[in-house]
Amino acid sequence: MKVTIDGHTIDVEPGTTILQAARKIGGDIVPPAMCYHSLIENTGGNCRVCMVKVAQGSERDPRPMPKLVPSCKTEVQDGMVVENISNPNVLEARKNVVELLLINHPLDCPVCDQAGECELQNLSFKHGVEMTFFEEDKRVFEMTSLGDKIKLHMNRCIVCFRCVKLVDQISPERQHGLLYRGDRAEISSYIQKAVDSEWSGNIIDVCPVGALTDKTFRFKSRVWFLKPMEAHRDCDTCSGNALVWMFGNEIYRVTMRNAPYGEHEELICNTCRFEKKNVSDWEIIGPREYPKFSVINQNNYVTPPKKVVINADKRLL
Amino acid sequence: MAEYNLSNRKVMVSNKKMTFSERLYLPEILRGMGVTINHLFKPKVTYVYGKDIRPFATTYRGQHVLKRDDEGRERCVACGMCAVACPAEAITIVAAERQPGEEHLYREEKYASTYEINMLRCIFCGLCEYACPKEAIYLTQRLVEVETNRRDFIYTKDDLLESMDNRIDISQRRLR
Repeated sequence: MKVTIDGHTIDVEPGTTILQAARKIGGDIVPPAMCYHSLIENTGGNCRVCMVKVAQGSERDPRPMPKLVPSCKTEVQDGMVVENISNPNVLEARKNVVELLLINHPLDCPVCDQAGECELQNLSFKHGVEMTFFEEDKRVFEMTSLGDKIKLHMNRCIVCFRCVKLVDQISPERQHGLLYRGDRAEISSYIQKAVDSEWSGNIIDVCPVGALTDKTFRFKSRVWFLKPMEAHRDCDTCSGNALVWMFGNEIYRVTMRNAPYGEHEELICNTCRFEKKNVSDWEIIGPREYPKFSVINQNNYVTPPKKVVINADKRLL
Repeated sequence: MAEYNLSNRKVMVSNKKMTFSERLYLPEILRGMGVTINHLFKPKVTYVYGKDIRPFATTYRGQHVLKRDDEGRERCVACGMCAVACPAEAITIVAAERQPGEEHLYREEKYASTYEINMLRCIFCGLCEYACPKEAIYLTQRLVEVETNRRDFIYTKDDLLESMDNRIDISQRRLR
């Protein structure tokens, strides 16, 4: 199936979504996504930041779709023409969506452990506006815990459903979900019941904001002071491929290995994540590369510096 | 090439003939002496070193202060923005979580349990002050005192944090 996104044409399999096709092309034309995560089944369609304009539905029916469509849930059709950054309406809509995502977000980035690797931070830097029309009080919840290892700051939640769907996927029965509706919507476990699964720690990483944080790493350091190192451990439950965040010779925390567009390579188990924090537990492979202008690269030198050669003899003399 | 007169004080030198009074020499000398003697009766602009204390500019970048808010709670939340902005890597922060009952000490749920500035490394560029999102750190017009031991130049929270009895005025600093 041929699909054209912002003038770039690509052949994709039937059943691919517009977002996946755009990611295959890559570059600036990829719509941002806060709720879609490729490791989790049935995610997407909640955050509305990946909205695009379909200027031509398909080869057979070339009418444009009347409204903007969420690209993570819309499957491509043959001959579809999609406009993302080339359409000013899409960019305007995205700005407004970011503003709406931020109306109840407390903007406590100086305190939040997610700052520096927060997708909402990156999104609002890139697509947001500096001011807001929202004057009312923000919603306030008490801090709660999901088990003894995970802290839940409901204030920061943007209700993306990634964690709920991940827990549905990894556990046989439902353990936590969304209570109430609309403005009062609240992620919670059933009457403070702990989310206990051997894979439950992964909801910390898939959370795009700092709503779910690691209690063993809480306020220990900021992510840009730590060095992400690829590490491996022989684990019975999971593959043991993880990312350890080191400061000097100490491991501060263990996370999933990152993938482009705010996603992750594979899930890791709770034993690896919370209990193995000695360097002797891990076989450390090497530094993990992050995008060049990521704040995580601040003061870290992942690539060796290039030797500068100045041909003074040729130029000056 | 075009004539540039950026300072507006440029005087073109001409080779004109002197008038009779100019050629007399004495009136011009007296006029020049008049300018010199006038300055005797104008206020002095020099400060005598050792005797006078020269006032600092309001934006002078001297020793740092960690501010408290009006209720005496520490403003710093140990976000690490100053430490990452510091080009000399002089700032070290260790964060801690506020316990119940400590609300009168710390403004937010996280605070700096250790805040150290190595004054020998610090270049007083003021980037920490500029980076601070909580208006917690400011550079002041105080000078860093001379110490006899290098270890004493590592200023801890005791040295940096202002006391409520002796608050440090930063209202004159224009940052943003």
